[in-house]
Amino acid sequence: MKIKGQGVALDDLDRQILQILQENAKWTYAEIGNKLDVAHSTVYDRIQRMEEHGIIKRYKAVVDLEKAGMQQITALMTIHTDPKESEHIASRLAEFPEVLEVSSSFSEELVINAKVVAQDQAKLHSFIAQSIAPLSGVLRIRTSIITKKYKEETSQSFL
Amino acid sequence: MSVSPSRTLRSVLREEAFYFFTSIGNYTGQSAASLDEFLQKIKEVDIKSLEFHLYREDFEKWIAQTLGDAKLAEDIKGLRNMKVVGNALRDRLYFLVSRRLKDLKSSLQASK
Repeated sequence: MKIKGQGVALDDLDRQILQILQENAKWTYAEIGNKLDVAHSTVYDRIQRMEEHGIIKRYKAVVDLEKAGMQQITALMTIHTDPKESEHIASRLAEFPEVLEVSSSFSEELVINAKVVAQDQAKLHSFIAQSIAPLSGVLRIRTSIITKKYKEETSQSFL
Repeated sequence: MSVSPSRTLRSVLREEAFYFFTSIGNYTGQSAASLDEFLQKIKEVDIKSLEFHLYREDFEKWIAQTLGDAKLAEDIKGLRNMKVVGNALRDRLYFLVSRRLKDLKSSLQASK
């Protein structure tokens, strides 16, 4: 990894380490070293530096909520807003634990997109009606409930 | 059934207002923060929104719990039980709310 001003440039080894960690963050330094044919101290050093530079932000478990006995629904909200209030609304949305992702996008107009989870449709509706619709600057909301997931990937290929 | 006209006729906070949806999570952008405003919105909102809220009992709950008018809530419950839909629903709902508004305003005036 080379440091260039404010940014960093990853080399092939860094990218291979990231690829392995994205597949399984529980591999040990020695196991990763064996896979890549480098010393575990090299792996340790590279990972430390990527953590320090915020390239590796955190390690987390991917939980199968259904197997964990937590029945829930996921919905995608498109929120049309007064442009002057968009930033504020996005920040408020990000504070709710029910909201997993918040982003803004632009096609014909700027909208805020949010992924929301709730135990059931009644709770989803209450949350949107009581917490989102009353936010100042919300013009209208379209919500789609996800019925089936065909792909859900949280990592990106580095190879 | 004792009702305080001033309570029912007041404007409520943004968080307590009625927000019109057409289905789960689909907000029309229309809201009402008073019974007066609610009456106006009955004329304007998509008929699907009136049907959605009537049969979820949302109107009755908001009018009884937030505006404190059990009588109007009961009248709307009667409308729900009649299974009215479409423009007939809009017309009847408008009639019930406007009649109640008139009575409440008269009561308030008389008490002054």
